[in-house]
Amino acid sequence: MTSAAVKNTVRRPASQRHGFAARLARKPAAAVSAGYLLLVLLVTLLADWIAPYDPDAQDLTAALSGPSGHHWLGTGELGRDVLSRLMHGGQVTLLGVAITLAVYLTLGVPAGMVAGYRGGWFDRLVLKSADLISAVPVIIVLLVVLSVFTSNESAAMAANGLLGAPLLARVVRSATLGVKEELYVRAAVANGISDRVIIRRHVLPRVSGVILVQASVYGAYAVLLETGLGFLGLGTTQASWGSMIAEASKNVGTDPWLLVPSGFMIISFILALGLLSDGLRDTLAERYAPPADKPPSRRRAAREALAKAPKAVIPLAEPDKDALLSVRGLTVALPIDGTPTEVIRDVSFDLRAGEVLGIVGETGCGKTVTATSLLGMLPAGGEITAGTIHFEGSDLAKAESDALRRVRGRRIGWISQDPISSLDPSFTAGAQVAEAVRVHTGCTRKAARQRALELFELVRLPDPARVAASYPHQLSGGMAQRVGIAAALSGNPALVIADEPTTALDVTVQAEILDLLRDLQKTGTAVILITHDWGVLADLCDRAVVMYAGEVVEEAEVTALVTAPAHPYTAGLLSSDPHHAVPGEPLPAVEGAVPPPTQWPVGCHFQNRCPRVTDACREKPVVISQLTALERSARCIRPVELIGETAHD
Amino acid sequence: MHRILFRWLLGAIPVVFGVSALTFVLTSLVPGDPGRTILGANAGPAQVAAIDKQLGLDQPLPVRYWDWLTDALHGNLGDSITSGVPVSDQLTSRLGVTLSLIGGAILVAAVAGVALGVLSALKGGWLGRAVDGIALVGLAVPNFWFGLVLMTAFAVQLPLFPATGYVPFAESPVQWFESLVLPVLTLGVPATAPVAKQTRDGVLNQLDREYVRVLRARGIPERSVLFRHVLRNAAAPIVTVLGVVVVTLFGGTVLAETLFVMPGLGGLAVTAASTQDIPMVQGVALVFTVTVMLINLLIEVVYTMVNPKVRT
Repeated sequence: MTSAAVKNTVRRPASQRHGFAARLARKPAAAVSAGYLLLVLLVTLLADWIAPYDPDAQDLTAALSGPSGHHWLGTGELGRDVLSRLMHGGQVTLLGVAITLAVYLTLGVPAGMVAGYRGGWFDRLVLKSADLISAVPVIIVLLVVLSVFTSNESAAMAANGLLGAPLLARVVRSATLGVKEELYVRAAVANGISDRVIIRRHVLPRVSGVILVQASVYGAYAVLLETGLGFLGLGTTQASWGSMIAEASKNVGTDPWLLVPSGFMIISFILALGLLSDGLRDTLAERYAPPADKPPSRRRAAREALAKAPKAVIPLAEPDKDALLSVRGLTVALPIDGTPTEVIRDVSFDLRAGEVLGIVGETGCGKTVTATSLLGMLPAGGEITAGTIHFEGSDLAKAESDALRRVRGRRIGWISQDPISSLDPSFTAGAQVAEAVRVHTGCTRKAARQRALELFELVRLPDPARVAASYPHQLSGGMAQRVGIAAALSGNPALVIADEPTTALDVTVQAEILDLLRDLQKTGTAVILITHDWGVLADLCDRAVVMYAGEVVEEAEVTALVTAPAHPYTAGLLSSDPHHAVPGEPLPAVEGAVPPPTQWPVGCHFQNRCPRVTDACREKPVVISQLTALERSARCIRPVELIGETAHD
Repeated sequence: MHRILFRWLLGAIPVVFGVSALTFVLTSLVPGDPGRTILGANAGPAQVAAIDKQLGLDQPLPVRYWDWLTDALHGNLGDSITSGVPVSDQLTSRLGVTLSLIGGAILVAAVAGVALGVLSALKGGWLGRAVDGIALVGLAVPNFWFGLVLMTAFAVQLPLFPATGYVPFAESPVQWFESLVLPVLTLGVPATAPVAKQTRDGVLNQLDREYVRVLRARGIPERSVLFRHVLRNAAAPIVTVLGVVVVTLFGGTVLAETLFVMPGLGGLAVTAASTQDIPMVQGVALVFTVTVMLINLLIEVVYTMVNPKVRT
């Protein structure tokens, strides 16, 4: 089959086929490097014609003279012109690299593609020999080769290619494995096209980028090796970059300049190969990645919208002096696409000692951000832009990091969503809890270990000693969560924050963990429980906060909230709770999705999903206000009616 | 532990056999005649044949390999053709030099690499880019050239250290140290780059983990979070990189020992190769391979120690 025919049958968009070189050329470092390599190649090939002197012509009167008008780069020990020797010396190095790469590619590419495509014994052979070769210092093998073929550099460089081939084959193999699973290749197989044709026509074009990258890396390595052999005097006797460094080494006392031209030549050549391979790799990554879908204008639009949106100016209410924790007007901004964006706004609630407060809402409403901001543990770049967090007499929103660290673990404990990954995999469960105990109490190691065992008993772990000696990967999710709770209790905190502590657990284990939290409350510890589950909320919590799109939309005593929701969002969430599902009826759901912080509407955040929306809801931000009952508030301009309606149901 | 040893033997035995057999087959292709080399050009053909018979060269290749291998297992690697001294004597006397050099270089690479990696992970920004840049340049600088620059600067211009030579530790610990400084830096500094890069990537990766957030929420001091927890978890892949670095360091000793005129195995390999001292070449290749395998075992053991998932 002619190559033209092959091209016609490869149905790939023209932009992909021709774009590679063009896209590579748009990377300055890679483009300059490619140009430099071409220049060196050209000068080297034309050295016989353009070099100012014969590389071996001696001029003893001018030996070891520095750069001058006659000898731009100076002269070596016999007065030979350095520039001319560099130009000619490149021939030796480039020939060596070419030999290495020729062997490397002719053996490595087919071997890798066949291994990846066919698998079986050949695949194992390729992998095994790659393992074997990566354990042997290549240069030793080359010395053996050179002791056989004295001064035969070509043989050594061919052997170098031979040694590299299995390593290339291993890379090509895994790239081939990826392509093999693609639909169009599987379709070609199903159509009965022969393996040889599939490999050449479909696999080779896709793995060619990977091969280019590998070849340029190995080429750089070959330059180091070839010049190394030249330096050792094991290569040819001609002028070469390596032997020029050997010459320089004999004259470091008298003419250190000699180190510069040959060193610069080798380093710049390898650096150019390295930058080129980086560019190739990046271009390759772009080629199979979807195009960037975010025009910069969108970010600007979002920022402008945020600036235009009228800010709700709410006078901050006084914190509740009797509460353990009193949050007022808490507003937090996080960088989104580099722009600080408010992700929670005007969050207020109170929590009394020994009380359990639930925070409920869909994913992306700001529950976890609210909880982490209490501990001053916002993600990088996040900050509290307004509001106060009064806890045990101080404002955590303004606390220094040292003060916050003293609160963490000691006054406020944290229980994570994902029990296993919340433990350090390298330490036993006992060691981790003991470390926390020591940090908080300053006791001896022995006492800390003892206290850890007591805590494990407290959280009803079946075999405390065995669990203490176990690593996280040896624990079940439920056991790991008990360990997490034990660690959270190690400092005897007044408040424990549990961020969806049962989401990752089996149903039966969930109940046991919730029992533990209930016990906590009995001992007088306050709890903030973040949850999706209304059943858990009603079962465990005294009060609850409902969050939607960064705001508290309702806050109430739990029974009142569940039986008569005031905010349409609360009502919607409640009716979509599977616990309330009527068999045979479709589960009602709140239509639509939570808007991301960059797309919060002016006015009520819930307006686009609200069944009761009026024009007034869209006009200006809605403030949270107290409802009929004293201990209840909602962020809605039509809440009372709603309570009336639900009451009639 | 037994499992590691077993797995290691499973990998190491084929490598040692493979390399020694390859060396043997290759060296049997040497066009010259060892008998002729030993006796010189004036010897008669009968004398040369007698020497060859004495060396076992009239036997077929597999028999000769088998003989060599059984002798090697008993510590007998034959005599050097050029000096007549037993190969094993030369190798043992030179092993210490090479191991001092590699031990020092790996120490530099590990300490400086981890420190630089942690620093660039925490400070990010220009330091991170600097580590990337150094890694790229470090890859491009031939170590013999770097060694020459060090020699010019710190032995010739500023005579702080000896330019060449090696003093055994038993003779004078201070001079031993001084004679090692430049060669160790020559090999160790470029080897810092891959270690620093892996450390930075590993630390950044660990800092994103949930357990780090939880440790901080638990009030564990930042110092402990970083050095006790994060670094410990980033250690396993760093150990793997160190294993790869050691293999390249062995290759590097060939150049560094020649440059600094040190009586080590690498320098011996070069001399043996250029004088076609075949028993010596075979012996050096064997010792290099076995030493690299032993170091791989050590790395494997350390890897297992830092990674409880493998251990338990």
